[in-house]
Amino acid sequence: MLADLPLLSLITWLPIFGGLWVLFVNNDAHARPIALLVSLATFLLSLPLYFLFDPSTANMQFAERLLWIPTFQIHYHLGIDGFSMPLILLTTFTTILVILAGWEVIQYKAAQYFAAFLIMEGLMVGVFSALDAMLFYVFWEAMLVPMFIIIGVWGGPNRVYASIKFFLYTFLGSVFMLISLLYLYFKSGSFAILDFHAMPIPMTAQILIFLAFLLAFAVKVPMWPVHTWLPDAHVEAPTGGSVILAAIMLKMGGYGFLRFSLPITPDASRELDWLIITLSLIAIIYISFVAIVQRDMKKLIAYSSISHMGFATLGFFITFMILENTGSLHGSASAMEGGMVQMISHGFISGALFLCVGVLYDRLHSRQISDYGGVATPMPRFALFAVLFAMANSGLPGTSGFVGEFLVILSSFKANFWIAFLAATILILGAAYTLWMVKRVIFGKIGNEKVAALQDLNARETLILTVLAIAVLFFGLYPAPMLEIMHASVENLLTHIVHSKL
Amino acid sequence: MQTIFLIIVLAPLLGAIIAGLFNVSRCMAHTVTIAGVGLSFFLSLYTFYHIIIQGQGPYDITLYTWLISDGIRFQVGFLVDHLTALMMLVVTFVAWMVHIYTIGYMHEDPGYQRFFSYISLFTFSMLMLVMANNFMQLFFGWEAVGLVSYLLIGFWHTRESAVFANLKAFLVNRVGDFGFLLGIAAILMYFNTLDYQPVFELAEQKQSIRLELLPGYSASIITVICLLLFMGAMGKSAQFPLHVWLPDSMEGPTPISALIHAATMVTAGIFMVARMSPLYELSPTALGVVLIIGAITALFMGFLGLVQHDIKRVVAYSTLSQLGYMTVALGASAYTAGIFHLMTHAFFKALLFLAAGSVIIAMHHEQDMRKMGGLRKYMPITYWTALIGSLALIGFPGFSGFFSKDAIIEAVHHAYQAERWGACFAYYAVVGGVFITALYSFRMFFLVFHGQERMDKHTREHLHETPWVVTLPLILLAIPSVVIGVIALGPLLYGSFFAEAIFVNPAHQPFLAEDYHGVWGFLIHGLTQPPLWLALAGVATAYLLYMVKTDWPALIAQRFPLIHRILSNKYGFDDFYQATFAGGSRDLGHHFWKTGDVKLIDGMLVNGTAYTIGFFSSIFRQLQTGFLYHYAFTMIIGLVVLLGLFVL
Repeated sequence: MLADLPLLSLITWLPIFGGLWVLFVNNDAHARPIALLVSLATFLLSLPLYFLFDPSTANMQFAERLLWIPTFQIHYHLGIDGFSMPLILLTTFTTILVILAGWEVIQYKAAQYFAAFLIMEGLMVGVFSALDAMLFYVFWEAMLVPMFIIIGVWGGPNRVYASIKFFLYTFLGSVFMLISLLYLYFKSGSFAILDFHAMPIPMTAQILIFLAFLLAFAVKVPMWPVHTWLPDAHVEAPTGGSVILAAIMLKMGGYGFLRFSLPITPDASRELDWLIITLSLIAIIYISFVAIVQRDMKKLIAYSSISHMGFATLGFFITFMILENTGSLHGSASAMEGGMVQMISHGFISGALFLCVGVLYDRLHSRQISDYGGVATPMPRFALFAVLFAMANSGLPGTSGFVGEFLVILSSFKANFWIAFLAATILILGAAYTLWMVKRVIFGKIGNEKVAALQDLNARETLILTVLAIAVLFFGLYPAPMLEIMHASVENLLTHIVHSKL
Repeated sequence: MQTIFLIIVLAPLLGAIIAGLFNVSRCMAHTVTIAGVGLSFFLSLYTFYHIIIQGQGPYDITLYTWLISDGIRFQVGFLVDHLTALMMLVVTFVAWMVHIYTIGYMHEDPGYQRFFSYISLFTFSMLMLVMANNFMQLFFGWEAVGLVSYLLIGFWHTRESAVFANLKAFLVNRVGDFGFLLGIAAILMYFNTLDYQPVFELAEQKQSIRLELLPGYSASIITVICLLLFMGAMGKSAQFPLHVWLPDSMEGPTPISALIHAATMVTAGIFMVARMSPLYELSPTALGVVLIIGAITALFMGFLGLVQHDIKRVVAYSTLSQLGYMTVALGASAYTAGIFHLMTHAFFKALLFLAAGSVIIAMHHEQDMRKMGGLRKYMPITYWTALIGSLALIGFPGFSGFFSKDAIIEAVHHAYQAERWGACFAYYAVVGGVFITALYSFRMFFLVFHGQERMDKHTREHLHETPWVVTLPLILLAIPSVVIGVIALGPLLYGSFFAEAIFVNPAHQPFLAEDYHGVWGFLIHGLTQPPLWLALAGVATAYLLYMVKTDWPALIAQRFPLIHRILSNKYGFDDFYQATFAGGSRDLGHHFWKTGDVKLIDGMLVNGTAYTIGFFSSIFRQLQTGFLYHYAFTMIIGLVVLLGLFVL
């Protein structure tokens, strides 16, 4: 019976209408429970996506298709596969935590705040489930608006600069994507993404389309050198905004590579894979060094996000080199799955780390590492969680942070020893920047009187961090279920991209 | 048996969870953890009996599939053979002793429950490491013990030196793990599995495959794998040049120095190489490197023990040196001797550390040997057990260390005669090391227990033997420190104890059954060899310098200031690493950030674009001032110019 419901539409529109409802009620006291209820309901509705998902096929499931704008053959077409389903669950899961995280903290225009996050949730689900390029583009751009508002209204002192930088940066990228989509439409007469996949495209066009997509997705991931919006956006965004930004919005870039770049322009991807691999390695190493010297905790985690996302892009594009070096595709699936796992796991870990910083920020209103020191003494419970998530961020086995990096490093060895060598430096560098921060913030002598007077986590904060801790440990100790749902889609994509489309 | 193995690993984990996450009383915390580890110990004893005496097994059991990717199953499981059973016994026994000892040592500490939780968690991780049946799980255990070591070195987290030391330990270990992980990646690429058994079986076939590292330069894949894996061992077992973390790890409470930084975790690298013997035997190059690194560590780290004043640091440098001995044994293909020394060392070094801890308790947490002396009469049990530990360490005939150390020297001698690469240096290093070992061991012994009482009056009045929870583990550890050598020598080295677990190329085999004439034969042979006389000379020198002519050490230091400075600065490794790697990374990061991100990308590209647009618009906006007379004036000028053009 559940399968007959238009589940994807429900998950997309329930939070959007819920958000409008909260906005309409415009009562801060009522806004919180309504928002929580809506997000919980959305999450519950998204669970059947996992339980009813058929992992044996790469076809689009839970598909819905209606004609939307007949003149241009634009359809309201939704559907998910092994790439999008886990990301949708991540979205609905994270939104609950974000709403809980803002519960007492947000006092200024609370109704609008929660409404923005609900609408945001619906739009993000829309991005992951849209199978029509125009629909995708609408969700993709619409998503910027609530985020822009979240940073611009509830952000820190420099929020205007950050929000405009965020908006222009991402907008610039997506404009080129729009041009590519229009080109593809004129060539194929359809806006269906799956039609784009099947359509032969000449090399020059492929290269141009690839570069246009790259600009859009690289900004979102973000990849070096178009990453500088992220630290600013994170620093200024409220805690909830940072969590959504890091946990989900960054994943859209990675998702875009899997849904658009690789299957639509496989020959260009093969031709330009060195570019992505180089940029990924720069992200992993260069950005790690930058992260080491950050003085602002949020900036440090933002840089760490960029570095970790480098593993996702590396995993997605290492395929061709493995094929070239070993003559077989063996190992490519691990790399791609590793990249996917890295994205999901990074959603948990970076979200948790931003929430930890949020906990401290709510108390002392500072993100500077030097304002802390010895937090473990007044806040032992917080220290436990912080150290756990820091270890997960350093890729400790047994936490989800290890799985993706492990698979990507193991697979990239098959492509080239030195790529694996460079990628594996994350073991040292990641631990260096994360644990050095932990040392200065959590351990040591109590830094000042304000730190001494800190209150440990309250029940709400403990609940949020416990849920994330369970997720991080569960997928670290037993990642098999997460990978099972991807196998078919990954296999399908791999066989698709090794065939020339010229 | 699967259930028994599961209980062995899970009992300490359960104890750790109860003591750590639930708000339990002190009594509850030590009861559950001691019960858990005790249960593990007795079941390990049973396993040992079952596998070794009854001759069952080996067991290769899969517990669950961690994940499947690309058709390769990554699994969690147990491989329990003779080697594992022995390691399990050593680990659980020492861990159990340390748990009991901790009741006394941490008596007044506010973090009592947390400490018990950590050491139980450590026991769990170490068991997972030694019981692994595949490389992935080995890496899991490998990193997990590193985590617990990190937590325990920084246990007193308000001490700056402790939190510096734990970060250093973790990062240096990560450098090793970096190589280790690449080694695992190489194994997966060429063997298509991470399970031990198939890898060992296929190793010989893969011997001829070469990996091109640089254009025109290639190396045998087995050598590459072995060297990468050994990098991990260098980190974990603190081999030169990754040894720098171990002395600093003494910032942690003494029970963990005994358990983690002497008896168990630091020997993980030795265990790993022994486990991988089927791979190492195929690569003489890798064995040569192992031999050299071990020899350097064995000799040069011993020297550093001579100039330390902190009682724990002396024992720490001694541990480094002894780990070097074990590594030398591995390099000489005497894996069994390495494991033998690992076992005897686990007992006598844990004993020495716990004895040092007992002294520290009695001295009210004073660790400077210059403020001790004459403790013999106040602490008889500690005195006698420390003497046993020291005699075992220097290899006094009959004590456990004598047999294991002599076996290593024999093996290196064998390798030297076979003219294996690096064996000449290694032989002189380990023989010379015997003198140094005896010298620093008895320097410490005499400074602490004999001679003048140099402590202040208040401390002296309160000096007394430590409670039974402290002395009981000392006594229980002293027993194997004496007897285990005699018991284990025959079966471990010359018997077929490790026949299935450790593979030695017959050409490399240093211990032949026909050369073995019983324990007495070995003992009498040992009496005629130089190491014994060097050890006695070391004790005599220590006696001379620290009991008879007590002013000589200072004079020697004055006479050779350069050598003294080099030794006091630990050859300068700490300063060098601090300046280049720590400082260098920060400088590089700062440079990348301020120049790359802020100046170039943000300054020029991003904001530069904004400024450029702003600049041009500020020019073009002049055209639209909104003042009518500007427009009128422009029109007139234009008209004049146009008319002029036409007219001319």
